[in-house]
Amino acid sequence: MSYATQKLAEEKVFKDPVHRYIHVRDQVIWDLINSREVQRLRRIKQLGTSYLVFHGAEHSRFNHSLGVYEIVRRISDDIFHGRPEWDESERLVVLCAALLHDLGHGPFSHSFEKVFSVDHEEFTREILLGDTEVNEILLKVSAEFPKKVAEVIAKTYSNKQVVSLISSQIDADRMDYLQRDAYYTGVSYGHFDMERILRVMRPLDDQVVIKSSGMHAVEDYIMSRYQMYWQVYFHPVARSAEVILRKILQRAKELSESGYKFEQPPTHFLAFFDRSFTLKEYLALDEGVLMTYFQLWMTERDPILSDLCDRFVNRRLFQYVDFDPGKDYKKLGELAQLFHSAGIDPEYYLIDDSTSDLPYDFYRPGEEEERLPIHLLMPNGDIKELSRLSQIVDAISGKRRTDYKLYFPAELLIDGKKTAIKQQILEMLREGGL
Amino acid sequence: MLQEHAKIVDFIAAAEGVTGRKKLQKMIYIMKKMDLPFQEKYEFHIYGPYSEELTARVHELCDMGFLTEALEDKGSYVQYKYTVTAEGMEFRKVLGKSVLDNPSTAGKLNAKSGRFLELTATLLYFDNLNRQEQIDKLHVVKGKLNFTAEEIDEAFAFIEGLRS
Repeated sequence: MSYATQKLAEEKVFKDPVHRYIHVRDQVIWDLINSREVQRLRRIKQLGTSYLVFHGAEHSRFNHSLGVYEIVRRISDDIFHGRPEWDESERLVVLCAALLHDLGHGPFSHSFEKVFSVDHEEFTREILLGDTEVNEILLKVSAEFPKKVAEVIAKTYSNKQVVSLISSQIDADRMDYLQRDAYYTGVSYGHFDMERILRVMRPLDDQVVIKSSGMHAVEDYIMSRYQMYWQVYFHPVARSAEVILRKILQRAKELSESGYKFEQPPTHFLAFFDRSFTLKEYLALDEGVLMTYFQLWMTERDPILSDLCDRFVNRRLFQYVDFDPGKDYKKLGELAQLFHSAGIDPEYYLIDDSTSDLPYDFYRPGEEEERLPIHLLMPNGDIKELSRLSQIVDAISGKRRTDYKLYFPAELLIDGKKTAIKQQILEMLREGGL
Repeated sequence: MLQEHAKIVDFIAAAEGVTGRKKLQKMIYIMKKMDLPFQEKYEFHIYGPYSEELTARVHELCDMGFLTEALEDKGSYVQYKYTVTAEGMEFRKVLGKSVLDNPSTAGKLNAKSGRFLELTATLLYFDNLNRQEQIDKLHVVKGKLNFTAEEIDEAFAFIEGLRS
């Protein structure tokens, strides 16, 4: 028996709060789960700083990766199995891609990537193709296999059905994270009838379609997604923590470049400051490492670095106000000047942040949209785009919503000696001056 | 603050307006691949490298009144034309320094068709591969577009020209 088809003597199961059990029969999958690079995902939280708002949200990217694998396993082994439109030989590649799709995420990915201009997808590729345990395992399947898995994750694989299962507007990735994040945050949004959706998924030509009888389950899924984005993922307090995190990393970089003598040198970050990092150095980072630095830097001599770290560790987050950048960007400049005059560095203490989401969109011929639509399979075999039949989805299709916030440390302006400048700042922030 | 927004306004101003969302996406991607400091993150989508962040940023700039988005009917299809408004020009001035080493590059890219830019951006997306592998991959992901050997040579020459 080849390694690709080798089965475990006994099925292994992981108890999971979302899918109840995650089933593993393939030796390849078992070996991948036990690799160093996949185990590292246990030390990276799925929702970054959201645990500072939703205290239950401590789940890791490891949990989520197993969840995506389980959904794809069910689709491949139960729903699509035996259907002539599905190529059974793609089973192992799609299972591996599902399990490994988030492999390149780093600690507090979003902030880390922004400050150091790195891309977790490039790291995913490097882990799959470089000198790693994961690569060694995939190579045992075949010489071309690591590349195939990397192509599925990068969405450049020739079989589009396989890509769609991992990455589309209704894919296993989203179906897992919506339910998992809802479970761990404790919110009541995010729940939808996944069992129903899975039962009505069908492989067809170069895509995966949904039988029209499942339309209402898909509507529920789209609305769950919409609610989760605005109630959980874009929560303004979690964004405040993200802002502080970004500023900590930015400050550490700036201090290092200016020759500042750290009491606790940023050894793990140096290669990222000058962009000379290797894959090994990237994989050495996790959230435990970052949190250790933040705790140690709370007593650094630099007042900005120590203050920001204290804010993050002890959850003394920035306050925020809504603002309209189109109207207020000049006032923002004035405000930055006032911060300077008040002895507060606006680069670190006055931060604008925007976030936006498009809940669902579809490709309109000639309009250059780049999202694959959700297609419904009608009883007569016709294919119809979801929003053409669903009034609910039509109502939110193509409608982007954006939220702008301005973050600042309120207590630095309120506490201590009251000055005319601080008063002026507070008035601008609080009384509609912005 | 709003520096990333300002870079996009500056680029569209330098190009004297851009017609086509796809075109704008590929132009910024190509500039990014030429090491210009655009921060938008790209992934591979239907038309090649695509940035959801750029789409959001352009939408925001329209909301802010710094860009206008006009629908142009091209007969069998429609395209969006982006131009910088007077407020956008003021925003560009206030927010400062251009990141474009050579502003004429924006015009050079703008003079090319959407199809050519899609081809160029896709080749650049696979620039970790050798030339033949890049071409093979292009045919896998863009098989329906039937790019000719002449078009591919022209795209490689264009990339060389931008790099030199």
